[in-house]
Amino acid sequence: MFTFEQLQEKNPTLHFEKVDVGGDQGAIVSRNDILAIAERLKSEFGFQQLLDALAHDRNEKKDRFEVTYNIRNHKTMQRIFLKVRCDERDPHVPSLVSVWTGANWHEREAYDMIGVEFDNHPDLRRMYMPEEFEYFPLRKDFPLMGVPGSIPLPHHEDADPRFDVAKRGE
Amino acid sequence: MELNDALQSDGFVTSKIDDLINWARRNAVWPMPLGISCCAIEMMAFAGPRYDVSRFGSEVFRFSPRQSDLLIVAGTVTYKMAKVVRKIYDQMPDPKYVIAMGVCTVSGGIYRTYSVVQGINQFLPVDLYVVGCPPRPDSLLKGLMMIQENIKNDRPIAKGTVIGGDPEPLEIAIPLIEKPANQIDSRKPGSRIYMN
Repeated sequence: MFTFEQLQEKNPTLHFEKVDVGGDQGAIVSRNDILAIAERLKSEFGFQQLLDALAHDRNEKKDRFEVTYNIRNHKTMQRIFLKVRCDERDPHVPSLVSVWTGANWHEREAYDMIGVEFDNHPDLRRMYMPEEFEYFPLRKDFPLMGVPGSIPLPHHEDADPRFDVAKRGE
Repeated sequence: MELNDALQSDGFVTSKIDDLINWARRNAVWPMPLGISCCAIEMMAFAGPRYDVSRFGSEVFRFSPRQSDLLIVAGTVTYKMAKVVRKIYDQMPDPKYVIAMGVCTVSGGIYRTYSVVQGINQFLPVDLYVVGCPPRPDSLLKGLMMIQENIKNDRPIAKGTVIGGDPEPLEIAIPLIEKPANQIDSRKPGSRIYMN
């Protein structure tokens, strides 16, 4: 059974903080070390599969965004979590697509919804929202009904002005 | 013997050209199904043998907008999809009609959120709203019959009129329910069909 102590023993230069994630092991990793840790976990400890990658807004001043990777070892069926945090002013996190290819679309979704930018991602485009959209809708400060007029609709000259999106909320 | 009786005894029918054209158009309203989400299932039931829209001449679902007269927008329209819906509408030849099916399409419905258009009348001229979540197939049939009534009042060859009717009259097809839902025995065949 893998524990993060084994990883620390083998690689004393790596820094991370152990956390408990719903009964499973997890670690909060710094941005500089995440790529090295991910590579070692895959090659030395057999964590072959990336189950999920997601970002969320912690709504705090320091380290506002957190990206979580959920990975699994197929032989022992053990799952662990890797967490990286980044600040609002510098929302950059190294991409793990070079380690687990499956991270590609998950990271794109995280970028689309939260606005975390993944460095060295091969194809960092928006996933759901239109490409010209300027906001990140799952941030805590985004209004539920969106920013009026931020997504243009096709022109319709007979449209009822009462339903004009740009005037909503007045 | 009057002229009309003489003609009829020979097997002729007298009518106006307008009425003849409207009769033909009314009974061949070919829908363009735009089944974007779950309302599409009810739209399929509306086309299937039980509700049988072919009784009204609309069984030919054309998947090409260039061959269809009626756009049935069945489902949640997001902002990203709105451009596609409008593009399909623009490709349809005149005269054309639009049914907004289901509350998501009519007003955004339960999706009161940033990604869903709060009513497709913001970018499409809608002729008829069919409400329900989803509307029953008989509501949609009623809606189609209302569209047919609308076509009946057109005057395609009279001077100064525009084919396709005026966009003014907006009507709402109300679900026809005769019994409360808990009194319906759905195991009996035909028990769930409420036609006037």
